[in-house]
Amino acid sequence: MTSAGRADSGSPRRRQAGSLLRGLVGPALAFVGILAVIAIVWETAKLIGGVPWREVAGVPIDPPWNPPLRIGLFNDVNLPHVWEIVGAFFQPPSRRSEFTLGALLIDAAIFTWRGAAIGFVIGAVVGLLLAIVFVHSRLLERALVPYVIASQTVPIIALAPMVVLWIGRDWPSVALISAYLTFFPVTIAGIRGLASPDPRALELMRSYAAGRWTILRKVRLPAALPYLFTALKISATASVVGAIVAEAPTGIPGGLGRAIITFNQQYASGPQKLWATVIACAAVGILFFLLVRAAELLTLRGRQQPAT
Amino acid sequence: MTRSDSAPVVDIRGIYKEFEVDGSRTLALDGIDLAISPGEFVSLIGPSGCGKSTLLRLIGDLTGPTRGSIEVNGKPARQARSDRDYGMVFQAPVLFDWRTIEANVQLPLEIVGVGTDERRRRASEMIDLVELSEFGRHHPWQLSGGMQQRAAIARALVIQPKLLLMDEPFGALDEMTRERMNSELLRIWERTGTTVVFVTHSIPEAVFLSSRVVVMSARPGRLTHVIGIDLPRPRDESTRELDRYYELVTEVREALKAGRGPVTEESEMAAEFGARVSPEHTP
Repeated sequence: MTSAGRADSGSPRRRQAGSLLRGLVGPALAFVGILAVIAIVWETAKLIGGVPWREVAGVPIDPPWNPPLRIGLFNDVNLPHVWEIVGAFFQPPSRRSEFTLGALLIDAAIFTWRGAAIGFVIGAVVGLLLAIVFVHSRLLERALVPYVIASQTVPIIALAPMVVLWIGRDWPSVALISAYLTFFPVTIAGIRGLASPDPRALELMRSYAAGRWTILRKVRLPAALPYLFTALKISATASVVGAIVAEAPTGIPGGLGRAIITFNQQYASGPQKLWATVIACAAVGILFFLLVRAAELLTLRGRQQPAT
Repeated sequence: MTRSDSAPVVDIRGIYKEFEVDGSRTLALDGIDLAISPGEFVSLIGPSGCGKSTLLRLIGDLTGPTRGSIEVNGKPARQARSDRDYGMVFQAPVLFDWRTIEANVQLPLEIVGVGTDERRRRASEMIDLVELSEFGRHHPWQLSGGMQQRAAIARALVIQPKLLLMDEPFGALDEMTRERMNSELLRIWERTGTTVVFVTHSIPEAVFLSSRVVVMSARPGRLTHVIGIDLPRPRDESTRELDRYYELVTEVREALKAGRGPVTEESEMAAEFGARVSPEHTP
């Protein structure tokens, strides 16, 4: 391959736009496809191994179909029909409620996501600062990294009530607990990424008598970005989990955690409400992940794509 | 081209360099004396692990000597590095993937603190010099190895250094590209008048490029021969056909053979290790 041929192949900008589309549309289609497969498997399991459809208003209805294998796990309480779960979004969760479950869950999701996002930002900043300190000080790295690791072995469910006790039953507590789960991947990936430049790149900077700050800005941080984005994608979902886990045991009102507790208690009478909430939780995590992924594609465009 | 009447650009006096590997000390450079005049093109050649790269890194103050002194532009090597008196080109281009070729070439100027317009102007001048004008907005990975190395040369020259240190810059290129790069480097050298210290494994490359070839022996590294290359300039592809060229290639080869001492595995490892010492020790 000639040098000119390599250099001329395709306009970089168009290729970037293409990869941006491929990066989002392709996975989205695959996601929807797999969702459809899950729904089909779900209903097929009920069709073959389920228990006959329930009574309607106390009157047993003649089942149009008797499943050949009656497995107790596949009944309408454990596996409500897909359409019942979808339908739950459009009905009020209780007779007293004037809003549909979907509207309430959107409100709850926004509340939870706000706590998670603030925690995510705090965690990312703290995580990166720790990584910067550790990369520049072997001593501090050796002394503190074991504590950083230990911090993640403490069950968050044990810490959450304490934090809420100190800070109060509102989103700042949620944000703090999210940050606690967020910073760890960023620190670990940051240490790796900031140390990733070729030793010759650092030697080159030394030949320009560049100081640590300049090397950090011009070499270490740009080199660490791909590592950091990998961590931030993990952190995005972890921060949502953190927020929900912070809300749930302490009953902080307004968020998805509280919704999970409430609908958990009503599970026997309306399992589809808890399932709908679970879907809402997953949606928040996925949307946050996609947000970070989009930021990654925008920030890293122009860099070498993995060999195609 | 050669202005040997003025003070040397590089003045190396009584340099010893020891490396410690697993507690045992190995002598890598043993009493090196060498003065390089302004405008010279000096090649350092020797068997692998003879310490030629280490010597180059000593000139650039990327490592320090155990004993002896090195002056660059009449000041201690450390001062010369702080003053950005030299440019460095490594075997790998070491371009940053997240920067375009233009931005890569501008990097040294950013560090020095040159303003945006001036930076752009000087970088594009250097990019023209290495004939990459069409590729300024490309990213390094879109260029071939030879083009990347030319960009690295442009980056080294953009601060207009009096001295260019090159550590096997074309070692990773194929033979055809290497010969073309040699001719281009000579053209650039003649245009800029920069003094060049050039480390290489290749005898033909050393002879073709240099005004002097410095031959080093295997460990501990010593200067065994200094061979003046009296081929006419400007040199081009036809230079490689001259009888004198072949004579000089033979002369350098004989000098290398004469300087080859007994090599033990241990000393080889030590020297290899020494040449790759972490650059992260305190400045």
